[in-house]
Amino acid sequence: MTGAARRDGWVGYAFVGPFLLVYAAILIVPLLMGLWISLNNADLFGRREWVGLANYAQALGDPVLGQAFANTLTLTLLIVPPLTVIALLLALALNRATRLAAILRGVFFSSLVLSVTIVTLIWRFILTPDAGLVAVGLGALGRAPVPFLSDPAYVIPALAVTTLWWSLGFPIMLFLAGLQQVPHDIYEAAALDGAGRWTVFRRITLPSIRRTLLLVVMLQTAAQLQIFGQAQLLTGGGPGGASRTIVLYIFEVSFGRWELGYATAIAELLFGMILAVTLLQYWLVIRHEEQRA
Amino acid sequence: MKRDRLSPLVTVLLLIGAAIMLAPMLWTLLLSFKSNAALMADSGSAFAPPWTLENYAAILKGSLTTRWLLNSLIVASGATIGVLVLSSLAGYGFARLEFPFRRTLFVIVLLGLAVPEQAVILPRHQLFAWAGLHNTYPGLILPSLTGSFGVFFMTQYFRAIPKELDEAALLDGASRFTLFRKVLLPLTIPAQATLGVFTFLAAWNDYWWPLISATTSDYFTLTVGLASAQMNYAQTSGLGFLMAQAVFASIPILVVYIAFQKQIVRAMAGTAVR
Repeated sequence: MTGAARRDGWVGYAFVGPFLLVYAAILIVPLLMGLWISLNNADLFGRREWVGLANYAQALGDPVLGQAFANTLTLTLLIVPPLTVIALLLALALNRATRLAAILRGVFFSSLVLSVTIVTLIWRFILTPDAGLVAVGLGALGRAPVPFLSDPAYVIPALAVTTLWWSLGFPIMLFLAGLQQVPHDIYEAAALDGAGRWTVFRRITLPSIRRTLLLVVMLQTAAQLQIFGQAQLLTGGGPGGASRTIVLYIFEVSFGRWELGYATAIAELLFGMILAVTLLQYWLVIRHEEQRA
Repeated sequence: MKRDRLSPLVTVLLLIGAAIMLAPMLWTLLLSFKSNAALMADSGSAFAPPWTLENYAAILKGSLTTRWLLNSLIVASGATIGVLVLSSLAGYGFARLEFPFRRTLFVIVLLGLAVPEQAVILPRHQLFAWAGLHNTYPGLILPSLTGSFGVFFMTQYFRAIPKELDEAALLDGASRFTLFRKVLLPLTIPAQATLGVFTFLAAWNDYWWPLISATTSDYFTLTVGLASAQMNYAQTSGLGFLMAQAVFASIPILVVYIAFQKQIVRAMAGTAVR
């Protein structure tokens, strides 16, 4: 420690203290409370009865949770890979200093500032069979409307498309930022060597933005595993639970059935799942990097 | 960025993509200018006149929408100011001061980045119920202030400022706080703008927390208010009115987006460089 540092002493707490207080009271305390509540038969009104791991056991045998889990996983798989690929392609195309590219960037970013409520309002009246834009278009072609939001076969893809439309902007921004960090002279050297476009992409661009790619996939996976508003607002989880997601089920169990202990146990399981998936993705990429080095 | 132009094929594909992005928004805009009765008969009529402003007039004439707009403004502004103050103070402390347990505490703050909202939202709801914070502005604002990202972001920013500035000011007899406020804080304004816009957007668009914390319509934010309107759509207001509400609710955030596009892009992109 230097002289200046010793002189500071506890002064630092005047600066970090306010945040740490809020952080401890509103993040760390609830985090620990959650672990405790999940081990209790608890309701919203303060009843607590120790039941050990019974809530977790109930969760593993709950067919409704199983369905919600499958729905959430399907949605995540339907959203994350296409989102990543489309966003990367758009970023590659829009990473240039022309006027048209600037305008198009603005267009593709725009939906990300909308709230989930507005997005679902908009898409409800794209998809609904009695007044939606798609139904109007099909009607003009003399075709019958499709009940996207009430047919179990269509409801998951409909939620995925809505989410894709909403979520595109952020990954494009991340990819653009990543692409701009790639040193220019590498491309010039490759051009001098007569490398084709595909080779340049595979050998230079893709390896250079590997970390951005990882970040996009990690953030999007964590976000989609927690998908909630779209399902709650557009379908209410229906028809017959065909679009109920894990977080929607947590919402129903806690605020519909008041079974706080059970809902919290499901939330803890989801937390563990997100953590595991994120670490796995990170580990896969970092291990790959070490093997190359 | 590259200077070369796009090939015609790519341009056409991009324009189709842009049309897909914009069509839903334009459709919403069109619907909002039609009377509820006309849409009831045939929503395809939105493509042709007569268009009307009656839905917007109805919103301004005393629906709850203006109240919800005000609530959203209060909550998002409160969250923004709170995050900026707390993160700047903490960022300076972690970046510049040496104090007991500094490293440990910083790691504990960083671990917060890995905690999803689901892990804390239900117990937090209990905690706020005991504290009587539901259906209050502090109750809606406080959860936004726990974000680790702002602290991390500001710490990085303060670290990048040359230390010679501190030493010169301290030699002149300035206190740590004067140094922070008069010398260093003005240098962080670009970072404040970026973090501020980012926080405002997130708080403005938050849905899950206000949905469970604000249960009386007087304390609804726009997201929750529009959700309730959307759920009751069949019984009440009519399609044109609902769409006018959507447009009305999007205007402030689109204004923020257009005015601060640079900061928003930098804020989002900033997460990629870490």
